[in-house]
Amino acid sequence: MSGNDQAYIQEHIKVYLTVFGALAVLTILTVSASYLDVSTTEAIFMALTIATIKASLVAGYFMHLITEKQTIVWILILTFFFFLVLMFFPLITVTDQTGV
Amino acid sequence: MQIPYIVEERPDTGLINSKLGIWVFLASEVMLFGGLFSAYVFLRMAAPEGDFAYWGSKLSIPMATFNTLILITSSVTMVMAWASLKLKDFEKYKIYIGATLLCALIFLVVKYFEYTGKFHHGIYPSSSTFMGIYFTLTGLHGLHIIGGMIVMGYMWLPIGAKLWDTDPEHFTNLVENAGLYWHFVDLVWIFLFPILYLL
Repeated sequence: MSGNDQAYIQEHIKVYLTVFGALAVLTILTVSASYLDVSTTEAIFMALTIATIKASLVAGYFMHLITEKQTIVWILILTFFFFLVLMFFPLITVTDQTGV
Repeated sequence: MQIPYIVEERPDTGLINSKLGIWVFLASEVMLFGGLFSAYVFLRMAAPEGDFAYWGSKLSIPMATFNTLILITSSVTMVMAWASLKLKDFEKYKIYIGATLLCALIFLVVKYFEYTGKFHHGIYPSSSTFMGIYFTLTGLHGLHIIGGMIVMGYMWLPIGAKLWDTDPEHFTNLVENAGLYWHFVDLVWIFLFPILYLL
C-alpha cells in the first residue's frame, strides 16, 4: 500500500468517528424529542426525520454509498421505489373503507 | 473452483462480484423488512386510537436507547476492523472485530432481559396486535444479529482469519461485505427503535 492510500484511510477513520458522534447525539435527541408534548403527527414526523438522517449517515459513510459505483446506486434507487410502494399499500384500505 | 472477480473488479460493473452480490441481497432484505414495516403501518392504522401508544409504553426506553448506542458502536468498530486491514494492521483488526462481536452479544443479552421481562409480566406476542408486530420485528432483527455474529465469529477465529495469510485482499473484501450486512442490521434498528419504543 502506498503512502497516499494510508493517508486516505486515516482520513476516512476521522470521518467514521465524526459520524459516530453525530449518530450518538441524534439518538439522544430523538429520545428527548419523544418526551415533548406534541401531537402524534408531529411526533411521527420528528422521529422519522431523525431516523432518516441517521440511516443516511450509516449508508453514506459506513457503507460508503457516497463514493460507491453507479450500478449499486441504481439497484438501490429501484429498491427504494418498491419499498415506497410497500409503504403506501396500507393506504389502499383507507379508500376501501370510505369508497364503498 | 475459483469464483471469478472477487479480488479484481469486473470490467462491466466496475465491482467485485461478491460486493454486487451482497448489495442485491441487502435489496431483498429491504423488501423483507419493508413488508413487515408496511404491516406495522397497516395494523397501527386499523388499531383503536391510542392502542399502539398504550402497549408501546410498556417497553423500556432506557434499555432500547442503550441498545441503539451499542449497535452504533458496533457499526463503528466494524468499519474500523475493515480500515485496520486496509492499513495492514491485523492485530488491530482482531481487536475491532472482537469488539463488534462483544457489542452484538451485549445487544442480545439486553434483548433477552427485555423479552423475559415481558414474559414475567404475562405479556406475549398474542397479548395485543402491537406486541405481535413488536416480537415479530425485533425477533427477526435479533436473528439477523445472530447471523452476523456467526459470520464475524468465523472471520475472527483462526479458521476464517487464516485467509489473511494467503490472500489478504480477498480477506479484506470478505470483511467489507460482512460489514455492509452489519451496517444494514444497524440501519434496520435505527427505524425499529423510534416506531416501536418512542411513538
